[in-house]
Amino acid sequence: MSDKIRLEMTVNGQSHSADVEPRTLLVHFLRDDLGLTGTNVGCDTSSCGACTIHIDGESAKSCTMLAAQARGANITTIEGLAVSGELHPMQQAFMECHGLQCGYCTPGMVMAATSLLNENPKPSEHEVREGLEGNLCRCTGYHNIVKAVLSASGQSAQGGGA
Amino acid sequence: MTVVGTRKLRKEDPKLLTGEGKYVDDIHVPGELWMGMVRSTMAHARITGVDTSAAAAMDGVHAVYTGTELSEMGLWAAPLPCAWPVTEDMVNPPHYPAATDEAHHVGEIIAVVLADSRYGAADAAEEVVVDYEPLKAVASVAQARDGADTAHSEHSTNKAYTWALIPDPEALDSAFANAVHTVEADFVQQRLIPTAMEPRGVLAIPSPAGGEITLYSATQVPHILKVMIAATTGLPESKLRIIAPAVGGGFGAKLNVNPDELLAVTLANKLGRAVRWTETRSEAAFSTHQGRGQLQKIELAADSEGKLQGVRVHLDADMGAYMMLITPGVPLLGSFLYTGVYDVPAFGFTCDGYFTNLTPTDAYRGAGRPEASYAIERAMDLLANKIGVAPEEIRRRNYLAGGREFENLETASTLVFDSGNYTPNLDAALEMADMNALRAEQTRRREAGETKHLGIGLCTYVEICGLAPSRALAGLNYGAGGWEHAVVRFLPTGKVEVVSGSTPHGQGHETSWSMIVADKLGIDPDDVTVLHSDTAISPLGLDTYGSRSLSVGGVAIAMACDKVVDKAREIAAHQMEANPDDLDFAAGSFTVKGSPDKTLPIQAVAFGAFTAHNLPDGMEPNLQEQVSFDPPNFAFPFGTHVAVVEVDEDTGGVELIDYIAIDDCGTQVNPLIVEGQVHGGIVQGVAQALWEEASYDSDGNCRNPSLLDYLVPSAMEVPFMKLGSTVTPSTSNPLGVKGVGEAGTIGSAAAVINAVCDALRPYGIDDIEMPATPARVWRMIQAAKAAQNGEG
Ligand code: FES
Ligand code: FES
Repeated sequence: MSDKIRLEMTVNGQSHSADVEPRTLLVHFLRDDLGLTGTNVGCDTSSCGACTIHIDGESAKSCTMLAAQARGANITTIEGLAVSGELHPMQQAFMECHGLQCGYCTPGMVMAATSLLNENPKPSEHEVREGLEGNLCRCTGYHNIVKAVLSASGQSAQGGGA
Repeated sequence: MTVVGTRKLRKEDPKLLTGEGKYVDDIHVPGELWMGMVRSTMAHARITGVDTSAAAAMDGVHAVYTGTELSEMGLWAAPLPCAWPVTEDMVNPPHYPAATDEAHHVGEIIAVVLADSRYGAADAAEEVVVDYEPLKAVASVAQARDGADTAHSEHSTNKAYTWALIPDPEALDSAFANAVHTVEADFVQQRLIPTAMEPRGVLAIPSPAGGEITLYSATQVPHILKVMIAATTGLPESKLRIIAPAVGGGFGAKLNVNPDELLAVTLANKLGRAVRWTETRSEAAFSTHQGRGQLQKIELAADSEGKLQGVRVHLDADMGAYMMLITPGVPLLGSFLYTGVYDVPAFGFTCDGYFTNLTPTDAYRGAGRPEASYAIERAMDLLANKIGVAPEEIRRRNYLAGGREFENLETASTLVFDSGNYTPNLDAALEMADMNALRAEQTRRREAGETKHLGIGLCTYVEICGLAPSRALAGLNYGAGGWEHAVVRFLPTGKVEVVSGSTPHGQGHETSWSMIVADKLGIDPDDVTVLHSDTAISPLGLDTYGSRSLSVGGVAIAMACDKVVDKAREIAAHQMEANPDDLDFAAGSFTVKGSPDKTLPIQAVAFGAFTAHNLPDGMEPNLQEQVSFDPPNFAFPFGTHVAVVEVDEDTGGVELIDYIAIDDCGTQVNPLIVEGQVHGGIVQGVAQALWEEASYDSDGNCRNPSLLDYLVPSAMEVPFMKLGSTVTPSTSNPLGVKGVGEAGTIGSAAAVINAVCDALRPYGIDDIEMPATPARVWRMIQAAKAAQNGEG
């Protein structure tokens, strides 16, 4: 088995250093080594977005890169989004709009959605759908997810009444 | 103030939104071993050799076992269970967790490795070398029916069973002999990969000294699993504890008893170490059952007005390689619904089940019922076209009870529908859709020669849910009952704990059950805690599937609350020195009739029941009651769905541009949750209509096991949906509730394909196979154009 390599990175404001196999995927490092199991794995082809996190402020699929590629990075996972017990406005919007059912896609969806609003604070419905295209949800039909993101952006969901 | 009926936000959400929800793969114990599966790469082959030596020699590999070794270890007391042998003579080849001499589908387990890491297990599994002698694969149900090759080499036919429901054969024959109009249609229900976003996984933890095993599984059915693990492994049921922690969606795909669950339990027990496994997404196409897989033939006989006189149906159903838990029964779940919401004097249904060398099929959202509503609702559109009336008109002419409200109506398929009121439901949908405006726009586009054709599709479905009266299930040879269990207890401090046998995986039971309890006991829903999905905490239960949780499990909770109030009334009367009959119970307090100042809150009664200092003579302490509710009948939700599509004649692309659904699931506990269920259900049905299909080559290889090629829709593919409801309470339970988990899926595939066909009518196209992909639509348009030109 290949030699381990040393990694340092900041995750949710805490610095970590660890020795990992070079082939370790970032998502497995976060989940299995750091115990941050909020980031989920829903596929093996970078298709579902369940593993979405923020790396240096931008959303990324943590199953698509090696932990080693995130050396020195500043990472935020779903566990780092709520500050001192207060839900982040996006989390609050998902709750209020019933944007989750089983919750499995939710951490990735919320991370992708917050990054979407960082880049485009007032997206149209179409832009929200396009921005979340890489995140699959099997439970909600996306209706209430799109509503939640529009609501978190301070817009009401046209046509999304029911 | 009542809570039931309000859009209360879910108490499940904060945990799930912050990453605190614990799914199986999130749970770890020291010393755990990772299981890796060596899976057959051939759909049908004799296994002539398995060389595990290289794998066994790898660093970090603890053990490697072939199927033969596993069976020699005496781990299996019985094969994997099929709980629904639909006929006495159903063929059910033995199915063990790992194959020994013949593999019957790609992905069947041939050996397992146990290693000390996730990656190590995957590496070691790849090092196991299997020698095969290929056998001819049966790669489709049509090929299975032809029978030249058999999926199991010891069989002389692929047919597993023939099941028939023909209440009056003579009446059926004469309906067709005397028909003015007939319709005959063949439909394909393609195989689907369920794709709950959380892959299945297991973690079995032994306690070597105590001989106990705890199994965490991403399952919908921990209670059924416990019984079945005991039966298949011979381990004492009393030593098994099954926990379904947070479960990331099920859709039927997590209601089985799977090889991985049995391997983890038995190997953990044998080795005295925890054993875990999580399927990869691409592995799930082989390790988790698939849905649908039927060839349907439906015939309608109608009079000159289009009034139905008879419906005849035949299915060839693809079982896959083995009978899993309810594989053979899935088509039967739909059998009673091929007459839909219509008054049909004569009915006949037959189903042949066939083995193929493909992943086994079993329940998938709707299980048999989406197939049924698809066939009858597509056929009704064909009938409408034939006699030249609008789709809504053909439906109106045929509605049960003339479309008026009814209760407890017997149908030709021998069921008694609990309640219905179809015309107002249809009218509400037509109005919300603004059908006249849509038709005008369709005509405008046609007359203008536009290349984006508008199609409007209707589906008026009924479904059967709330499994079920246990006696009715006995009549179908189903291996379990249909009751559900609930315990409601007051804790000394006045909080309430509910123990439910229902096992949610996204449905929000904790919220809904709290609302029911809050109203019954007059307390705050936040003072209710719901415990579930752990057989040590909730030993009795029959789990969550088939939209049964509310109409059976939720009702059991309501009934247990009533018993709690009854006992509390006795205690309160004793303490207030009044007659129990003279007490009113409202807003959580007992009041003596006529003396409104004499009140006692139920929490005080509960504390009194706990201290037991002053109870009526002979009364047991504590305020806790339990109920096992076995409903007298199923529930029959119904609704009208309208799909609006745009078909681009240049590309064949179909875009869903609007969707209207008016569902009637009886009394609603939480409309917010109801709508969420409908949204998700609709998109799953739309996905069958337009995008999803597990595609196999002629050797039985799945061409699209990964999410790169299996097209689960994203937010881009669907619009906002417009929902409404009518409320026709069920007569099957005291709450008047039905079920809504599958309704969306049951209504939507037919609505969408009816819409696509409606768009393509100018081309003379009246049917298209699912999924209606751009390539398929484009080819049909080209063929139709060529034919029209040829004629012209
Ligand atoms: S797990 Fe990363 S995209 Fe699916
Ligand atoms: S909430 Fe279940 S997958 Fe999105």
